[in-house]
Amino acid sequence: MKSLGNIRRSFTPWADPQSKPYISFKNVTKKFGDFTAVDDLTLNIYHREFFALLGASGCGKSTLLRMLAGFERPTSGEIILDGQDIAGIPPYKRPVNMMFQSYALFPHMTVERNIAFGLRQDGMPKAQISERVAQMLKLVKLEQFAQRKPQQLSGGQRQRVALARSLAKRPKVLLLDEPLGALDKKLREETQFELMDLQQQLGLTFVVVTHDQEEAMTMADRIAVMSHGKVVQVATPAEIYEAPNSRFVADFIGDVNILEGKVKSADNGRVEIASDDFTVRTLSDARQSAGSSAAFAIRPEKLRISRTAPADPSVNASQGEIWDIGYLGDMTVLHVRLPSGKVVKTSMLNAQREVENPIGYDEKVWVSFAETAGVVLRD
Amino acid sequence: MPSWSRFNIASIVLGFAFLYLPIVLLVIFSFNESKLVTVWAGFSTKWYVALFHNQGLLDAAWVTIRVSLISATVATVLGTMAALALVRYTRFRGRLLFSGMVYAPLVMPEVITGLSLLLLFVAIGFDRGFWTLTLAHITFTMCFVAVVVQSRLLSFDRSIEEAALDLGATPLRTFFEVTLPIIAPAVFSGWVLAFTLSLDDLVISSFTTGPGATTLPMKIYSQVRLGVTPEINAVCTILIAFVTIGVVVASVTTKRREVQRQRDEQAAFAGR
Repeated sequence: MKSLGNIRRSFTPWADPQSKPYISFKNVTKKFGDFTAVDDLTLNIYHREFFALLGASGCGKSTLLRMLAGFERPTSGEIILDGQDIAGIPPYKRPVNMMFQSYALFPHMTVERNIAFGLRQDGMPKAQISERVAQMLKLVKLEQFAQRKPQQLSGGQRQRVALARSLAKRPKVLLLDEPLGALDKKLREETQFELMDLQQQLGLTFVVVTHDQEEAMTMADRIAVMSHGKVVQVATPAEIYEAPNSRFVADFIGDVNILEGKVKSADNGRVEIASDDFTVRTLSDARQSAGSSAAFAIRPEKLRISRTAPADPSVNASQGEIWDIGYLGDMTVLHVRLPSGKVVKTSMLNAQREVENPIGYDEKVWVSFAETAGVVLRD
Repeated sequence: MPSWSRFNIASIVLGFAFLYLPIVLLVIFSFNESKLVTVWAGFSTKWYVALFHNQGLLDAAWVTIRVSLISATVATVLGTMAALALVRYTRFRGRLLFSGMVYAPLVMPEVITGLSLLLLFVAIGFDRGFWTLTLAHITFTMCFVAVVVQSRLLSFDRSIEEAALDLGATPLRTFFEVTLPIIAPAVFSGWVLAFTLSLDDLVISSFTTGPGATTLPMKIYSQVRLGVTPEINAVCTILIAFVTIGVVVASVTTKRREVQRQRDEQAAFAGR
């Protein structure tokens, strides 16, 4: 199969002001009684995009997906799909299909009939249905299971039947609600890549809801991080990880150390923040005035640990003491206690099988980082 | 495994004797040669033969079967609809009152149900007979169906129906192609329950029937007042046989399906 790398790398419709969004949420609010599940949310998703809605449970991501499918009606606002306002269209008339978290397979039908269900509703001729079903079974590699009932299948096979069923009608958009939530870790990782390849092959728009950040980072072109019914940040996985726009996103995605302090000086994009253990010299385009409080976020793997002070005096550095060591195989996590008592997390890749004279408990070390290694959070 | 202590054995024997001794006696005496119910005079099936020449009993049996079939079927439709409304539309005004009212006939003394139905039929000038009887049976069996179907619907995964809607099935087609086939066993149990309740009802039938529509329980009751004959024993034995066969068939099929399901699941996980 042809490599999909090039297609993916050049796919950035959101950066082009000329391109029209395929799905648009415009000031959408959804209330359940007194509870506001989705709060005045505006969001654009583009054709052929693999889009992930990421957030903790109760953040409104599933409600957003259910509004796209038609199971919930927005309290106010518009949902535009391919130029058409779909708010009033019932689910059975929408060109959108959904893969459910519980798979929701019809227990009284065989795999084949499950997949054919949507096609039969459309009144497709029999010969065409069986052709399409065969095609779908081949796509998800379940040809020999066509006559089985769902309860005769394993979890992974059921997941693939659900996928085939939701793809059979060739929807404009495929909605996936925690599609891999019920699979074990190994299978989940394999399936993530299968889904990505499938999405590229079929050229469809995928909207996936997940609470698993790794899953979202692996699969999605862009991620919307949600909290309390609002979108906190929409960006590519790399942007979300490397340049979180808020303390919430920095904290939610991956591990992070947050250094609090006061701005000492700020001019021309260069900022100096005085925190307890470091004087953080970094770059920031946010407007910061001297004397205001600021938070600096830095990922564990971007902190360097050494026994001697870094030679370059422009590097941010502080002394500390090894507090905890966790060996994870591919890397080692070191917790370092700084003079102020704050403990920072660092991680080192174990590139070699044996490290001569490894850093041990209670050892005095230097923690340092480059000025571009972290970001100033706008709060 | 608890050991079989003398106390356990005694409990079981006593308990089952209490439950089944009357029935066993009835069955035994239905094969009695003598006309005297309490005196054994040798084995005979002559009362069964006599039974099939007793036109009154046969007519009553035929009425009972027709009433039970019609009322159980209508009650199943109505009861299923009531159960769906109660489970699905949880937020309408007065739901608590409505659900209470559906279940009230379960605990209502039959005499009251019978009497109120009688008053209603008299008030609207409905001639009492086969149809009033059937209506009355629908009324009191419907709530039993509603209870059985409702308990099944409570554990029903709504996303299965949403999946059907999502795939383009209208709500009506979703009901007939997805919901109904899945809850069919519960609907069928509801039907069987309604049928048996209707089959052996005496009190409500007595209130609501009219000339020409005598059910089997009413016939038996009126004959017993003139003295128990072995013929009645024979009728009852046949009824018992019917019920026993029904219960055994139902439980065997349920058990089989359960075993099959477990085997399927094991096979699925073994041969992933």
